[in-house]
Amino acid sequence: MSISAVTPVAVPIPQTSRVGRAGFAIGLVIVGMVIAAALLGNAIVSADPFTQDLNNRLIPPFWMDGTQAGHLLGTDQLGRDYLARLVYGARISLLIGIMTVITSGLIGITLGVLGGFFGGRVDDVVLFAITTRLSIPVVLVALAVVGLLGSGLGLVVATLGLLLWDRFAVVARATTMQVRTLDYVNAAWCAGASTSHILIREILPNIASHLAVVGTLEMALAILLEAALSFLGLGVPPPLPSWGLMIAEGKDYMFFSPWVIMIPGAALFVLVLGINLVGDGLRNLLGTERLR
Amino acid sequence: MSLLDVEELFVTFGRTAAVRGASFRIEKGETHCLVGESGCGKSVTALAIMGLLARGGERRAKRMEFAGTDLLSLSDRAMARLRGNRISMIFQEPMTSLNPAFTVGSQMAEVLTRHKGGSRGAALERAIELMDRVGITAPEMRLGQFPHQLSGGLRQRVMIAMALMCDPELLVADEPTTALDVTVQAQILRLLARLKREFGLSILLITHDLGIVARVADRVSVMYAGEVVESAPTSELFRAPQHPYTRGLLACVPVPGKVQREKPLGSIPGVVPTIAPGFAGCAFRSRCSDADMTCEREIPRKAAGATHDYLCRLAPRDVAELQPA
Repeated sequence: MSISAVTPVAVPIPQTSRVGRAGFAIGLVIVGMVIAAALLGNAIVSADPFTQDLNNRLIPPFWMDGTQAGHLLGTDQLGRDYLARLVYGARISLLIGIMTVITSGLIGITLGVLGGFFGGRVDDVVLFAITTRLSIPVVLVALAVVGLLGSGLGLVVATLGLLLWDRFAVVARATTMQVRTLDYVNAAWCAGASTSHILIREILPNIASHLAVVGTLEMALAILLEAALSFLGLGVPPPLPSWGLMIAEGKDYMFFSPWVIMIPGAALFVLVLGINLVGDGLRNLLGTERLR
Repeated sequence: MSLLDVEELFVTFGRTAAVRGASFRIEKGETHCLVGESGCGKSVTALAIMGLLARGGERRAKRMEFAGTDLLSLSDRAMARLRGNRISMIFQEPMTSLNPAFTVGSQMAEVLTRHKGGSRGAALERAIELMDRVGITAPEMRLGQFPHQLSGGLRQRVMIAMALMCDPELLVADEPTTALDVTVQAQILRLLARLKREFGLSILLITHDLGIVARVADRVSVMYAGEVVESAPTSELFRAPQHPYTRGLLACVPVPGKVQREKPLGSIPGVVPTIAPGFAGCAFRSRCSDADMTCEREIPRKAAGATHDYLCRLAPRDVAELQPA
């Protein structure tokens, strides 16, 4: 007995609006460009982001009068090339965003999956941890930690990573509870799978799409928080060119040379917008489709 | 020795007694059907055997042996080694019983390497062989496909092939055809019957469909409210049903030529009651037309033949008396 081969059908493409798809594409382009700039920037931009040139301070960017050929985006108050600093700053922002997402993701996903999977006492502990974390004001604690221990890239990542895991935990816990009772998980139990196998092969891959969406949101948040901390002088220490720090350093000159804060500000806005667009697009693309 | 010997199995979920003293045996190479309405404890019985009761479920039994191994005293680890290896299970919903994140081939291979070790390549070879034997055409192509690319019937075949990866002795099939349409149902049933012969499988088939029972079962246990109310070889059960519930179930099945068109099809009023521990007497009495005061007392198990017994106060009746008036 046999049945004829059924022609495999194409995966149905989830219906999203044209605007949504365009947003996803724009987001991907923005994030891709920033990543490319961060990786390849110093190969393209010949200027050094740290070299000062006090004779050429506050040179305006190319669309204004009095511009200089060597400095496409002008120079800052110490005569450092602004394009080089912007590109170097992208590296810092992305580094902090990615490292924070990895740290907080590890903490949050572990807690959330364990709580959602085992339930009972374990879940009580996880819920208590989430509630405790939610009652801690992130910016204040970050300020306090950095103020006490001094500023530094690693410290900012560690602080944000230890503070931003709550959404990962909430989403991982809720989706794990849903997936845990699905037929294929029961089937895996019936096929003799171990608990660790169930967690790693049955649960995690099937909640990954939801976690990816949370990851993009958290990354955008971490980048903004780093900028805020750096602006307050408690994030990345000078002379490292963080975008937040560039805004802080430029704020004294903003009346006569507004581009010194406009350029890093716009870069920050565009990057965070891009990441959020990617997150939205991911949600539409994978969203609830995989949970069934 | 029976392959599976369950004696007086009890399962409780808090204040609800889901299974109350169910006993049955499955011989080697036999297909044993558990029949009953929704909520009468069939699936819970199967899960209790697998040691996979949902949270809050407790099982105890006088005896529960699989091929001479006492399942009650087995450690979790030893039980996990048995599951999918010597006892396999297939489910009602083929659409959702496969992990959507991995290809069919990798899920099948995993079962074999988990229990028997060996290389992934060898496991994939075995997967191809089994997919071929369960009637999947172009198994090499299917191997690399994801579950969402397969139809319901194909997925159920994949589930069956997956269950056979480790050459199990017992296959527990929980309503394996309920979610499939009728033509595919027939294919799957024929497949199960053929595999039983070829692999020397014993099958515990859970169903509410008496048509399936008549077709594939060697022996039937009718369950009602957690009890096995009647147990008999298939032909005898259909020829001379003794328990009023079994008779009621049979009356619900339309038989062409026998059922008069103008007469309504039989039905059993009401639903299966939820039984709390400490319940005494016949659980079917509230829906039984033959019930009287004595049904509230302990009901004896009566024999209606060498291998036919039932749980009712009524004396065994032979076929002539059973013809509906």
